[in-house]
Amino acid sequence: MRRQFDSPIVLLGARLLSPYIMVFGWYVIFHGHYSPGGGFQGGALLAASILLMRVAGGRRVSRLQIREFATTPLAIIGVFIYFATGLTAMAMGGYFLDYEMLPLPGLDPPSLRYYGILIIEVGIGLAVMAILIMIFDNMVKGEDYA
Amino acid sequence: MKALKVLILVLFAAVLIYAAGDLPYRGDPDNLMHAERSITNTQVKGSYFIQNAYRDARTPNMVTVVLGDYRSIDTFGEQVVIYTAGLIALLVLRRTRTIRRRLEE
Amino acid sequence: MIWELELVICIFLALSAIVALEVKDLLVAVVMMTVFSFLMALLFVAMGAIDVGFTEAVIGAGVTGILFVVVVFQTSRKSND
Repeated sequence: MRRQFDSPIVLLGARLLSPYIMVFGWYVIFHGHYSPGGGFQGGALLAASILLMRVAGGRRVSRLQIREFATTPLAIIGVFIYFATGLTAMAMGGYFLDYEMLPLPGLDPPSLRYYGILIIEVGIGLAVMAILIMIFDNMVKGEDYA
Repeated sequence: MKALKVLILVLFAAVLIYAAGDLPYRGDPDNLMHAERSITNTQVKGSYFIQNAYRDARTPNMVTVVLGDYRSIDTFGEQVVIYTAGLIALLVLRRTRTIRRRLEE
Repeated sequence: MIWELELVICIFLALSAIVALEVKDLLVAVVMMTVFSFLMALLFVAMGAIDVGFTEAVIGAGVTGILFVVVVFQTSRKSND
């Protein structure tokens, strides 16, 4: 890994495998209400798909997927989604993270709780994905890994 | 020194196996943690979650309801912990331009 | 679950842990640690804790392996000074 390998077979295998891992990650996040899974596992799968491209293709190829400066804002957005959901419920007159008070019209309280859980799972997934990529990027800074 | 290491590992494994012999059986319905009332005759939280999770949130996966709804502030703290770990990694491992220039001089 | 399968998984768990402790090459140790994590995830699933097993398989066998490989290649065995 320290020496520069230009192996097209490894790059082709990683490019073949990476989108399916990413789709499976989004499936785990959004299907977490019915099957095992959730925000943390789905976010780790999304990070694994991008880390696979970073290890296999080097920085020059994997910059096309997600840039390095975009990871910290994504983490902040993920945490902010969670916190803003709780604050919106509090501003509407409930407790912190009380999903019954979310301002979505035309839904009974169990459906409101359903959609509230879905929103915070997406927030958790974004934050976990961005932070795992951020740790990797800061570890390999200064060398072009291939 | 190697024999001492192996001896310590074997003794530790023996202690752990002896302690694990006293655990209750897996999935035993007569366990205290599976009962509806605890020893002090208060309601066990887990039985409430099992009975009312689908009615409260219309979600079949009970674990998601406990993590995302009943214990959501706990999950929020967990996410703040992960975020702080990422920020610490950013601050410790980042090589700024000034430090590199100072090292080169 | 079938207790013979759990016994085989436990034996391989102990073997992979001993190999990861005793081997000289660090990359082999990292691979053995991911094998340990995956067998641990299988044991979790056999005990009925599917969420914990899923998390262990994704984090322990996926992301941690990549991070350890990066750390092994960033550091050297002997110090320079």
